[in-house]
This record gives sequence, C-alpha cells and structure tokens, in this order.
Amino acid sequence: MSDVTTRPRSFQEIILRLQSYWATKGCAILQPYDMEVGAGTFHPATTLRSLGTKPWAAAYVQPSRRPTDGRYGENPNRLQHYYQYQVIIKPSPPDMQELYLGSLRAIGLDPALHDIRFVEDDWESPTLGAWGLGWEIWCDGMEVSQFTYFQQVGGHDCRPVSGELTYGLERLAMYVLGIDHVMDMPFNDPQSPIPLTYGDIFRQTEEEYSRHNFDGANTDMLLQHFVNAEAECQRLLDFPAQDPNSGKRIIMAHPAYDQCIKASHLFNLLDARGVISVTERQAYIGRVRALAKLCADAFRLTEAGADLDTVGTAA
Amino acid sequence: MPDLLIELFSEEIPARMQARARDDLRRMVTDGLVTAGLTYAHAAALSTPRRLTLAVEGLTAHSAAVREERKGPATTAPQQAIDGFLRATGLTIDQLEKRADKKGEAYFAVIERPGRAAPEIIAEVLEATIRTFPWPKSMRWGAGSLKWVRPLHSILCLLTDEAGAEVVPLTVDGITASNTTHGHRFLSPAPFAVSSFDDYTAKLKRAHVILDSAEREAAIWHDATTAAFAAGLEVVADPSLLTEVAGLVEWPVVLMGRIDAAFLDLPPEVLQTSMREHQKFFSVKNPKSGRIEGFITVANTETADNGATILHGNQKVLRARLSDAKFFWENDLRVARAGMGEWLDGLKSVTFHNKLGSQAERITRIAALAREIAPMVGADPDMAEQAAKLAKADLRSAMVGEFPELQGLMGMYYARAAGLPEAVALAARDHYSPLGPTDTVPTEPVSVAVALADKLDTLTGFWAIDEKPTGSKDPFALRRAALGVIRLVLGNDVRLSIDRLVDVQILRHQSGPNPAALDLLTQILSTATQHGMFGDLTRRLIDGAEKLVPDWLVPVRDHNPDLSDSLRDFLHERLKVFLKDQNTRHDVIDACLAMPGNCDLTLLVKRAQALQATLATEDGANLVAGFKRANNILTQAEEKDGVEYSYGADPKFAETDEERALFTALDTAEGTIKPAMATEDFTTAMQSMATLRAPIDAFFTATQINTENQIVRRNRLNLLHRIRTICLSVADLTKLDG
Repeated sequence: MSDVTTRPRSFQEIILRLQSYWATKGCAILQPYDMEVGAGTFHPATTLRSLGTKPWAAAYVQPSRRPTDGRYGENPNRLQHYYQYQVIIKPSPPDMQELYLGSLRAIGLDPALHDIRFVEDDWESPTLGAWGLGWEIWCDGMEVSQFTYFQQVGGHDCRPVSGELTYGLERLAMYVLGIDHVMDMPFNDPQSPIPLTYGDIFRQTEEEYSRHNFDGANTDMLLQHFVNAEAECQRLLDFPAQDPNSGKRIIMAHPAYDQCIKASHLFNLLDARGVISVTERQAYIGRVRALAKLCADAFRLTEAGADLDTVGTAA
Repeated sequence: MPDLLIELFSEEIPARMQARARDDLRRMVTDGLVTAGLTYAHAAALSTPRRLTLAVEGLTAHSAAVREERKGPATTAPQQAIDGFLRATGLTIDQLEKRADKKGEAYFAVIERPGRAAPEIIAEVLEATIRTFPWPKSMRWGAGSLKWVRPLHSILCLLTDEAGAEVVPLTVDGITASNTTHGHRFLSPAPFAVSSFDDYTAKLKRAHVILDSAEREAAIWHDATTAAFAAGLEVVADPSLLTEVAGLVEWPVVLMGRIDAAFLDLPPEVLQTSMREHQKFFSVKNPKSGRIEGFITVANTETADNGATILHGNQKVLRARLSDAKFFWENDLRVARAGMGEWLDGLKSVTFHNKLGSQAERITRIAALAREIAPMVGADPDMAEQAAKLAKADLRSAMVGEFPELQGLMGMYYARAAGLPEAVALAARDHYSPLGPTDTVPTEPVSVAVALADKLDTLTGFWAIDEKPTGSKDPFALRRAALGVIRLVLGNDVRLSIDRLVDVQILRHQSGPNPAALDLLTQILSTATQHGMFGDLTRRLIDGAEKLVPDWLVPVRDHNPDLSDSLRDFLHERLKVFLKDQNTRHDVIDACLAMPGNCDLTLLVKRAQALQATLATEDGANLVAGFKRANNILTQAEEKDGVEYSYGADPKFAETDEERALFTALDTAEGTIKPAMATEDFTTAMQSMATLRAPIDAFFTATQINTENQIVRRNRLNLLHRIRTICLSVADLTKLDG
C-alpha cells in the first residue's frame, strides 16, 4: 500500500482520495442514490445488499438530509444537507479495521501522529429494523467515522455479516483541513482560477431548506404523501411474482423500497415541522419499519437477495 | 506442575465490559478444569481493549483415573432392562460382572476412566468457554457462525513446565490456537511468539502493551497527578472514568491541556460533565481558585511530536464542545433572569406520561402538595409552593437538554441568577434526592417539602392509572420513589400521616388538571391533609359544598380509600426492605406495623427500634414467651367457653402469693406504660413491660389456671386478659417469631 502523506487541500480532494482508495481495495464505486435519504445506510446498495449470501463490496458518496438539523447555514458544524461516505463489504473481511485505517492514511491522517481509537458504539436503526455492533472511531478525541458489523436488517439476520463504514465527510474534512466553520471550507482547490468554498455552494440552500423544513413545508400534503407511499409500497409487493408481459418472475422489491425511503424522508420532514407528538412518533417509526421489513422479505425472494446454499458450496 | 496461559485476541472490547469478562473467563475456565478432574494453585485474569488473558499456575498435568462401579438389574431381569443398562454404561454384556446380591444375582458394570492429559481437557474447556461466553451483547462477523463481543482474531493457548512450552491443540471456528500474539496496534504491530506468562508480559511491555488494567490505571493516575502538580494544579478524582479510560488504551500516554479563558466562567459541573461525557477527559482544578482550568486526556500512543498534534486536536474538539455549552449557558441565563417564564410555558407541551398529563400539570399538583406538606416539615408554605413551581423549570433549558444528568443542579444556578431565595435554588438542586439507599437526604425544609411532594405525586399518579411495579418490572422507578419518601421522612424525623397525603394527591390526579371550583377543592384537600379525608372538618366542608352541587364533588365525597391502602401497603413493604437492610428483624417490623398510627413512619420506626432493643435483653425475650403462653391459654379458653374474658380480674380471688404479686406488677406496669405511650416514649413503655417477665413466669410456675373452682378460674383468665391488653398496647407481640 502506498501511503499518501501529503495533506489534501480541499473537500473534494478528500472525497476523490477515498474513492480511489476504496477502488484499489476492490470496491465497486457506486453513485449516490437518486432519492432523499437520512443516511448512506438507506441506499439499497447497503440495506438490501446486506441481505442474502451473495458477496458484495461497494463504496459511494451519499447526500443525506436531516431536516431537523437545519441551522440556516449559521452553525459551524450542523447542516440539514450533508455528505456521507459509505463503504459496505460482505462478508466483512478479517482485515476490515486495517483497511479502514489505510483510508485514514490516504486522506492524510497518519496514525503515527494521531491518536486513533475504536470506542464502543452500537448501531440501531429503528426505521430499518436493523442493528449491529461496532465503534465510533475517534481521531484525537473527534469522532470521524462509524464502523458497524451488521447483525440484522429489515428483521432478517445478516448471514454472512456485512462490515459497514460511514464517514461524516464535512466533519472529517474540516478536521483534516483545519477548518473551524463548515462554510469556510474550500470545496475545490483554493488555488483554482475560481476557488469555491462550501459556503459558496451551500449557504443559500441551507437557508432556503431550513426555512422550508421548519416553516414552509405543507404538512397536510406531506401527511397525505406519507399515506400514499405506505400504500404504494404494499401494493407493489402484493403483485404476483410472475410477470405476464415478460413471462419472467419479477418481484418489485426495489420500487417498493423506494416508497419506503420516501415514507422515511416524509416522516423526517413532518418531524421537523413539529407536527408529530412524542407518542405518535413511535407509531410512525413503526410504520416505516413495517415497510422496510416487507421490502427485505421481498428482496430475499429475488436473485440478488437469495441464499446460495447449494451453489458454490458443493461438497 | 505446568502453568497455563490463554489469550483471546480480538478487535476492541468495550471498556465497560472488560471487568466482568475477566471474572467470567477465570470462573468458566477454572470451573471447567476442576470439574474435569484437574486442580490448580492460582488463576488470574487480565485484559486490555484487544485481549482477554488468563494465567493459571500449578495446574495438574493429568486428571486422576476414576474407577466407578454401577449396580445393574438382576441377571433374571427382562432383556429390555438389561439392554437399557448396557446403553447407559456403553458396555457389552460380556463386559458386565455377575455378582451375588441379597436378592440373588445382579449385573455390575465396572467402568474404568483413565486419567486424561491436561491439554485434552484444556482444549475442551476453552472451546466450551468461548462458545458460551456470557457477553452482554455479542455478534457474528464475516461468514462464520462463532459469536464474540467483536471479531475474535487469534487464540494463544500455552502449557509450560520445566521441560518447555507446548501449544494446546485447539481449533474454534477456524481459529487455531498458537503461541503467538500481537503488540500495540500502531506502535508494535508485528506478531511474536511467547514461551511463558512472564515472557508474555515482558514481551507485551516491549511491544507497548501494559497487560494489567490496574497497572494502567495506576500509571494514568500517577502521570496525570504529576503533570498537574508540575503546573500547580490538581486532577479531580474520578474513579469510574479512570477505569473506563484504562479500558480504552493499551499504552496510556497522559497529555494535559488548558481550557481557554473564555470558558472558565462556566459552572464547574458543566465543564466537568462536558469533558467527561463527550471526551472522557479528567478535569484539572486550580487549588487556589477552586476553578477547573485544565484537562487531562489519555492517548493510546506515543508520537514523534510528543503528542503535540493529538493535544492540539483534542483542544480543538473541546473548544467546539465548550462553545456549545457556553452558548447554552448564556441563553439559559437570559431566560432565567427574565423569570423562567419561557421554560414554564414550554413545559405545558412536554408530556410527562400520556395518562398523567404534561410536566406543567404535574408541577401544579406537586406545588399544591408541597404547600400542604410545608408546615409538617417546618417550611414556609409560600416558599415551598414557589420552589416546587420552579424546581423543574430547568428541564426546558438548553443545558439540561444537552446534559440530562445536570437537571436540578442547573436549576439551582438559574434560580440564583433569577434572584430567587436560596431555599428555592437549593430545592431545585435537591428535590430529586435521595435517589438510592445511600445518597444524601436533603434537610433544608423547603427542599424536603418539594422532594416529598414530587415523589408522592409520582407514586399516587402511577397508582391512580394502575401502573404499579410488578415482579422485576418497575419502569417508572416507583420502588426508588417509595424509598425516597421513606428516607426523607425518617432522615428528617418528619411526623406526618402518609395516608392522608396519599388520599389528597390521588384525588388531585382524579380531579384532572382543570378542576371546577379550584379554590373550594383546594380548601377541602388542604383540610384533608391535616384532618384526613374522613375527618369531621373535611366532611363538613364537603357536606357544605354539596349544596352547590357541583358534579366534580362526587368523586371527592365518595372517595374510596382502596388505592391509598394499596399504596400504603407498598410503602410499608419498601420500609420493611429498608429496615431489614439496617438489621431490624422482620417480625419486629410486623409487630409494629400491626399497631395503630402505622402511617406515621417515624413513629413506626421508633416503636420498632424500642421493641428490638427490648427483645435483645433477657427479660424482653422471655417476656415474649410468657406473653405467648398467657395468650394461648386465654385464646383456647375463650374459644372453648365462647366468651371474652375482659371483665377485669379481682385480687380478692387470688389464692397464691405469686398471683397477688402479678396483680401488683400489672398495676405498676400499667401506671408506667400508659403515660409513656401517650408521650411516645416506647423505650420506657417496653422496659416496663419487660419487668413483667419475672412475675408472669412465677405465676405460671406456681399457679394452675384451669382449677376446679370456676370463680378462681375465670378470675385467672381475666388476669391473663390484662397481660394481653397491656402487652398488646405496646406492640403486637403475637407477630413475633419464637
């Protein structure tokens, strides 16, 4: 492994280095999922692909939205729209920790100079019906990543187990680049003919979406969309597997899962608008989880999500 | 004798699980070895974040051979029975011996189990230990099926004696035991082989791993205090943080930093909590100013720049954390100085429990009760009410939102900032106390009133909605609340009748947050706290109000004390548990619980203490026997004759000196006991009761109760009745053991 010891100079350089590092480690470099999600885990490349026995290795950037975290672009660390870098490998390789540490070296965090720690952090996603054990990784007292061994997703045991890494890109990059306010962070190279900061790109949208999330969004419409997404998810899964047009067995697990993702984001928006009471909250989370489980059940019946019990393990 | 070394090397084990894991490893392996017939001299378990290690000294090399004889069925038994015996013993028919027996001839199996070599036993025991290890949470990884706290990478299993070291052959889920391990993840990652426990610890130390957590703790504490001392400062002791930090590092390196001046005005508890919870930093205090001015962080590595980069990074993270805290503090102070109205309004929209309403409604109830309790604990009612209204305001503050464990304490700071009386500020801080069986009980009267009202409101509320604790389930910590009530009452010698407060607060729950004719209801309930729901004054108020005929009065008028009784029984149960822990006999408590006034817990305990002290004397203990004898004879006679012998005994029918002496003794005792009981001087009353022992014993020795002369017999039974009455006026001695 060739260590990249030079310090990156911009946000995008850090992303590019992570992309190229994980590409050299054999991951398929995917693109972000084209829907609003709360975290990179929601990408079907993680949730659905962590099910079944087929080996899998993927890495991608995922724009993530947390409507309640909007601070009108004023908070140095908090954003309602930010980027996660996600790595998922199934089965988790024995040297997954070492692979991860290599990625830190790649972006200029040399463990010989820094204090890298694996601090207990159990991960649980009530909306996905998923949990795993792992750590948050500290670099000099700062949390820079999450590391999880998935045990269950959508109510299904993960066999084999996937190893998942999530980097909060803004926070990590701010640390590597020595920036105190996210909006001051160079997005492209500061020596570029047209240097752009994170703020040049996102300050205005943070303002607009903060207002939207807290005051603008039409809650009646969102509530209706939530109900629609829920119904559509179930409807799509109720189709018989046999497709009369193609004559093939086609289960619409991914289109159904899209509706589950939608419902989850709509719930987050409603939450930000403050129209969900504490008691209702659990009920909404339960409804999204029920969808996630249905989708996981369906995906397990497809080719990508099936167990290859007989294939490849011939005695 | 050989020594055994086991190391289970894994990815990072959560710090909080390591101590128990050490105990479990030692217990499971040594129990397994002993059960399989090995003995050992000494065993010690050690841990770092990445390894669990067990060193067993003086292990026997073999288990002893065992010869076991088992008697089987008679040789004439049916084939089925014989086949069963063969299956059970694993032998064939020609391996069985026939021996003469009392009833004829029987089969005997003689099973010789040869001794087994230690490695074979160790391999079995260790595999079973790994496969059944009781981690609080465990996981699978990769494509394997083994479960461990985090992925298990290697097993070192080595048996050493004078001849050398041998690896115990063992493979668990694809991991084969060896004699190698790894050093520090970053400083000495290369694997190395070891030949004994001493070699292992020495090589680990060279490879930047201190194996013993106690040694790491000592090193951290030593280096931290030295660094602080050199700067004229001192580290704030925090034993549980020390243990946690020692569980996060293999090679502790202590680094000290200063807190930016901009943050030094934050309350010390805020600095300490923020640093501890978020960063696992120790606080460093300036002994001159008493302020927290610095921090100690413990890194897991040495660096070429002596930790400069690490310290710089930690300082930066701390600055961001404390900026948040300062922002919260300053915003909170602004709200506090404006009278906390914003928070109190906010509490209207915070649900306490969906059947018990909002926090604001809860606070209104607590304030009303605190006002009523105030005179009983020597507090000013207005002050108690005001304190109760503000005591939970800080739940809406940003600081408590971030650090829930600072609730109450922040309330104190904010009450002071608002210019409120000190008693109000202290009540905010202390009204959650006591939280367990040993922490400090508040003594400031206003704090006591609010603390009692808070806990009683919780208990009555959950009783009213039928959410009582069952078995091991107590999700609302009601046992703790009951213990809090008990400790507040006993710790402050408070005299009150708990059932009245319970009645009143249950009615407050039942009448809802917006009762009609609030003033009238308040008047009725306040009266009931002093005179009881069924007291004359209270009933008169209720009867008077009935002419106004408000519907809401019906539940008050028809108040059913069942719920209160059930809660009182629960409080008594908790009191028994509490007193048992203080070595009060359970039967003594029962004897006192059966007496009137048992809702006055202070009185109840005073009585129990006096009784226990009396029973500890020879007279006291024997008196109980005498009392029971008298009581049994009397009870039998009363049952047989169908009368109660309570006519009063007359000394003129006394026939023996002993009988006459008993009359005199009873007169004397009664003369002392009655006034003593009236002034709650239980010690005097019980000592006086104990003096009856000798005359009662003498009476029984000399006198036959059931004589032919019916007049004398009845008179004696009436005399026994006096004994019973006098003794039972002190405590229910029938409840005592023995």
